[in-house]
Amino acid sequence: MDTTVASTGTEGKTWGGGNEPLKASYGKMMMWFFIVSDALTFSGFLAAYGFSRFKFIGSWPIADEVFTHVPFFHGNYPMIYVAFMTFILIMSSVTMVLAVDAGHHMKKNKVTWYMFLTIIGGLIFVGSQAWEWATFIKGDYGAVQTKGGNILQFGHYVDVEGKQKFKRVALADFAIAAESYRAEHEKKNGLWFVQESTLPTYTIDEVYNGLKANPDVLVRTQIINEEGEKTVLSREESLAQIKNNGKMVVEGANLHVNEYGTSLFADFFFFITGFHGFHVFSGVVINIIIFFNVILGTYERRGSYEMVEKVGLYWHFVDLVWVFVFTFFYLV
Amino acid sequence: MAHAHKLEILRGLIKFKSNTQKIWGVLILLSIVTAVEVILGIYKPEMLMAKVIGMKLLNWIFIILTIVKAYYITWDFMHMRDETKALRRMVVWTAVFLICYLVFILLQEGGYVESVYAREFIKRDF
Repeated sequence: MDTTVASTGTEGKTWGGGNEPLKASYGKMMMWFFIVSDALTFSGFLAAYGFSRFKFIGSWPIADEVFTHVPFFHGNYPMIYVAFMTFILIMSSVTMVLAVDAGHHMKKNKVTWYMFLTIIGGLIFVGSQAWEWATFIKGDYGAVQTKGGNILQFGHYVDVEGKQKFKRVALADFAIAAESYRAEHEKKNGLWFVQESTLPTYTIDEVYNGLKANPDVLVRTQIINEEGEKTVLSREESLAQIKNNGKMVVEGANLHVNEYGTSLFADFFFFITGFHGFHVFSGVVINIIIFFNVILGTYERRGSYEMVEKVGLYWHFVDLVWVFVFTFFYLV
Repeated sequence: MAHAHKLEILRGLIKFKSNTQKIWGVLILLSIVTAVEVILGIYKPEMLMAKVIGMKLLNWIFIILTIVKAYYITWDFMHMRDETKALRRMVVWTAVFLICYLVFILLQEGGYVESVYAREFIKRDF
């Protein structure tokens, strides 16, 4: 006598099992759900960035003044390089989707070439991001941090087509270097495990003396005024601010200090673009693996290039995230 | 293999002959949108600086253009247009709802903290 029911009489009906209501394979569906969760991670980061920005809306750094460099060119070109990076990533997305399309038609040669181009695009992007980081870490003008952690920058007014415009001045252009006995503490001296970070080129006194000696140089604070520009102090206020509140000289940006403004900006920049860059890097690695599988004919034998499609989904997602990072870090 | 692609974008305004052609078409669209963003970002026209619902009009334009780009990347590059309605809604609605929720809460809170710094007796600036 049967004690278990082996058949329910629903075979072949809607609830009989074996249906594919989404008409997508398991792997592709799981890639989509992974992307949803990863999208939530990124939006968590970007929303946290938005939180901090709204919190300090009156003193947040202006991105156009931060990212102004283009490799091999001197001068002030805001947005140009990051626009180029965006274009590279969109382009590599296009070659990826062309690879997927060629895979649908089982054209191995075309898939190989398009995958190759996608990998090259990814490498150019990661390289550009490394360069962007290096430029940001190095900094360009230098600034003074106050006791309260605010950033004071320097500049002077120049005539541009009959209009007074505030132009930044680098510390090196006006600070008066004095003989200094303060040497950087290295691991090899004293306690072997204790080390300090690189000392700034100038001390606060050297900057103050330089400011006193150059009557046209003024201090600019972080506060954004009604015209959407950073507030420039008068000559007396400038001298008083540096003398009374100046604590340390800051050059470039890291996780502790940031010459462009609040250190939160640098923290979020490193964390979000770093996390995205890591995604691009891992995408490139996965692309390379799939690329060799294509060359070896794995998918030709399998009879389907769906693996290319799945890694393509991941690659497009990386592009999708960059579109948002681009907007919220560089445009808005 | 029967891979039926839907070959029209902008609600049928532009129809493509093949999937490859559609990909290039979408690339052109995305490039134009990015170019508009970059040009607006560099020149920042004065007339777009007016405040609309708590933010500059220019920033709203940037955010809308970003969502437009995200739509075409998901729908055409990731082939969301060709997936079943159920899969599409599972992915898109879930993400859109949760992200809107999170962004609303955090931005609201950020604005509140800012107002405390600006108007009340707590000071962090010195």
